[in-house]
Amino acid sequence: MTGVTETGRMLRIQVLRFNPQSRRSRPHVQSFTLQETEGMTLFIALNEIRETQDPSLQFDFVCRAGICGSCGMLINGRPGLACRTLTINLDADIVLAPLPVFELIADLSVNTGKWMRAMSERLETWVHRGTEADLSRLEERMEPELAEQLYELDRCIECGCCVGACGTARMRDDFIGAVGLNKIARFRLDPRDDRDDAAYYQVVGDDDGVFGCMTLLACQDVCPKRLPLQTQIAYLRRRMLVRGARRSS
Amino acid sequence: MERLDEPIRDRHRRWPAVFDALQSVSGLVLAVFVLFHLLFDASILIGKDAMYAVSRFFEGEYVFGRPVPPLVSLLAGLVFAVFVVHALLALRKFPANARQYRTFLDHKAAMRHEDTSLWLVQVLTGFALFFLGSVHLYGVLTQPGDIGPFASADRVWSGRMWPLYLLLLPAVVVHAGIGVYRVALKWVPHLVSANRDSRTALRRARRWLIVCYLLLGYLALAAYMRIGIEHADQAGERYAPAAAVSPVSGIDGPPRRIP
Repeated sequence: MTGVTETGRMLRIQVLRFNPQSRRSRPHVQSFTLQETEGMTLFIALNEIRETQDPSLQFDFVCRAGICGSCGMLINGRPGLACRTLTINLDADIVLAPLPVFELIADLSVNTGKWMRAMSERLETWVHRGTEADLSRLEERMEPELAEQLYELDRCIECGCCVGACGTARMRDDFIGAVGLNKIARFRLDPRDDRDDAAYYQVVGDDDGVFGCMTLLACQDVCPKRLPLQTQIAYLRRRMLVRGARRSS
Repeated sequence: MERLDEPIRDRHRRWPAVFDALQSVSGLVLAVFVLFHLLFDASILIGKDAMYAVSRFFEGEYVFGRPVPPLVSLLAGLVFAVFVVHALLALRKFPANARQYRTFLDHKAAMRHEDTSLWLVQVLTGFALFFLGSVHLYGVLTQPGDIGPFASADRVWSGRMWPLYLLLLPAVVVHAGIGVYRVALKWVPHLVSANRDSRTALRRARRWLIVCYLLLGYLALAAYMRIGIEHADQAGERYAPAAAVSPVSGIDGPPRRIP
């Protein structure tokens, strides 16, 4: 390959493989050995394995730049994006497994979309307006600071790393995880959303929502977009407590 | 009084918020109580008279002119009530079955993440406290007058309570230290996100709090054990402060037996 400099290190990448669609497939760990090159990410390494060693290896990717959130996987036991993980920052022995919680498609590929859609429908993560939007008019103005805050929370790429890292989500199937709580925090800030705290309490005010979070903080620590999840969850918890402690009016 | 026009669903839905807040508040109250309790216990390190003065203070002697041990029972009863409420609420968060335990243990091992691992420590120390804390609280509740330099030392050594305290001390200090840290992160926004250094500072504070209180607690326990060993032959005898025995010389005189 031209323009690629080898680092002199051989990588041994162990991949947990299983295809639930195949009756013959059994969960097993397969080892691959390959030469590390400069600037190599796990995404590059997996592609090279697929091209040169085993074309049946399944994993997801789209953007290769940490934007689409498709290549989330367990890297040495911790969730992360393959495209954002440089092999040079890891030991030569690397263990890869699919993200837990999500439905396994095969090998390192999981159906985060199905989970995210269910979460989104359950929490109704879209702008709720009492009136029909007039598409012929300019949108109402918004303070730049507020727009910036919304944009900050909208940076979530739904990669599922926060869910895979969450001990609560691992134990309790119905827990909505930091991704869901972050979305509610985002719509709560949005002046275009007509919902009040009573409506938000209906969807996150229980032990499957914000009061189920045990503040293990792994969500924030693994988030590839470095979203301020602890702040959002703590803020939402306080707002929901105020709403929950009050009698309905 | 419940409002009849309030939808039943809303009435029931209020409880998760109340339970979550109550768990944090009860935990914080207990943690603060324990921190002061251990400081007062450690007064034995200053001297028997200091510990004697502290125990008389809590028996209301400086207010009523004579010790009123039921006051100690009252305080122990209140703490016991908060303890039971906290334990009941914390049970909601415990893994519910073997599958959840297995899942969490595997998750913890794979993640190698400090705050995730510490949650398991909190579960285990909390579980231990169900028993260790209850024994201790029941003892104080039913024998409020048995607190003093000799009475406590005799209970520790001759009453063979020291093995309990050896286990109770780390369980309660570690549980409280981690708990206060987690409550802060749970309810205070911007504690981590705005500045990652603040979490490092919080972790350092948690570590120092635990180490210092363990050291203080074990030193105090060692002092009670030493006094208990020396006083084993006269176990049951109460301490009389130096000033009461030898007011002229002002030095420690022989202890007198209080009827």
